[in-house]
Amino acid sequence: MRILYNLGAYMILLGNTFSKPEKASIYWKRFIFECNAIGVQSLGIVAIIAVFTGAVTTINTAYQIVSGLVSKSIIGAIVSDTNILEFSPTITCLVLAGKVGSNIATELGSMRVSEQIDALEVMGVNSAGYLILPKVIAAVVVIPMLIIISMGISVYGGWFVGETTGIVTSNDFIAGARSTFRGYTFFFAMAKSYSFSFIIATVSSYQGYHAGGSSLEVGRASTRAVVYSCVLILIADFILAKLLL
Amino acid sequence: MIELKGIKKNFGENLVLKGIDATFLPGKMNMIIGSSGSGKTVLMKCIVGLMQPDHGKVLYNGQDFVKLKYADKRKLRQELGMLFQYSALFDSITVEENVAFPMRLFTERSEKEIMDRVNFCLDKVNLENVNKLYPDEISGGMKKRVGIARAISLNPKYLFCDEPNSGLDPITSTVIDRLIKDITVEFGTTTIINTHDLNSVLEHGENIIFLHKGLKEWQGSADQIRDTNNDSLNEFIYASEMMREARDRNLKR
Repeated sequence: MRILYNLGAYMILLGNTFSKPEKASIYWKRFIFECNAIGVQSLGIVAIIAVFTGAVTTINTAYQIVSGLVSKSIIGAIVSDTNILEFSPTITCLVLAGKVGSNIATELGSMRVSEQIDALEVMGVNSAGYLILPKVIAAVVVIPMLIIISMGISVYGGWFVGETTGIVTSNDFIAGARSTFRGYTFFFAMAKSYSFSFIIATVSSYQGYHAGGSSLEVGRASTRAVVYSCVLILIADFILAKLLL
Repeated sequence: MIELKGIKKNFGENLVLKGIDATFLPGKMNMIIGSSGSGKTVLMKCIVGLMQPDHGKVLYNGQDFVKLKYADKRKLRQELGMLFQYSALFDSITVEENVAFPMRLFTERSEKEIMDRVNFCLDKVNLENVNKLYPDEISGGMKKRVGIARAISLNPKYLFCDEPNSGLDPITSTVIDRLIKDITVEFGTTTIINTHDLNSVLEHGENIIFLHKGLKEWQGSADQIRDTNNDSLNEFIYASEMMREARDRNLKR
């Protein structure tokens, strides 16, 4: 019953979020602000994760697969494919669920507790639209951009570690990466990116918007936002893989 | 004018409002008083539409707010101003942006007109040189005043104040009370104040409603409240030793 209640409340919140904005210019300013908060401010952590994911993938692949019978170019192929197809979209979004998701839930939860959301409602503002819509659109626009950057950095990180440690030469790595790359891989990764971004923004907003009336509840809402976003990302990852691959 | 007819609200088994009838008059300091848990906040939330009553009518000049369509409710809400207990200022924007917020969202005024109105409202609440400060950079009393300035920025017909004096020292409380009184008289707003503060009640209360255990136990003015025979109200007013002594001194005279 609780799941059905939450699902219904989530759908109602989405309905209110995507209703006609009061004034587009105000929403535009909030959208730009959210792009900075969600995207630009996450660039550092995304880059760090991407470099190390790529580097570790190279080392692991070399350790597990490479033998005298298999060409070293396979390292490039595996590193690029796994990072573009799986690691960059999924790991980046799991991390962003923690960073961005908890931030969104805490911000909205605090606004709920301090009656700022009530103040918007009393003024006649559609609080869900005003607060959540710019976050959702910003997330769907900038998180896929972060993931594209992450893909590039992780492959670069893999190549860099391979080259500097002598695991694989640049020529072998690049030849391997090129040999297996397909456009559809990128399309699939982007499909995941958009889905995961939407999950992070809406699930976290829902948890924060419906936080209870105490600061303790804000913390709980933030935790729920991260946990539910992560679980839903993994479920969506499985469903999309099943449907699109 | 705001009229309440048979307002009932329950949370599960707990019946918080048991059928409230009341009238709040324009240009008057209408007050809702009562001990904690008597249903004051729930009643105010029902009036402004933050909660839906389970039964009854909330009439704004004869229009039943409960039955209005969502779009009409939002339109009517633009005639409402509300001062929240903890001010509820938006933390991420400055004082002047807080006051300008409703105007930017709901009017087509130029930036100059908006700023003129912001300065007028801040001047009305005796605030100077705070325009560019953020809410966490000003005191509690100043926050309340900014809250009032924001509430009156669109010239509301109805002004709601939830515990306007809570957490304030007696001098600042008096300043806030006078501000609300001045605005009410000057603009003829229907002002409803939800309060525990007996000084405000006795000094400014013109139409006071006393709630007790979810029922309206008494209604009258500040002058009438001192002579009431209502036991619950007497218990509420004379709960403190100081008030009892003051009453006894008056009786001896």
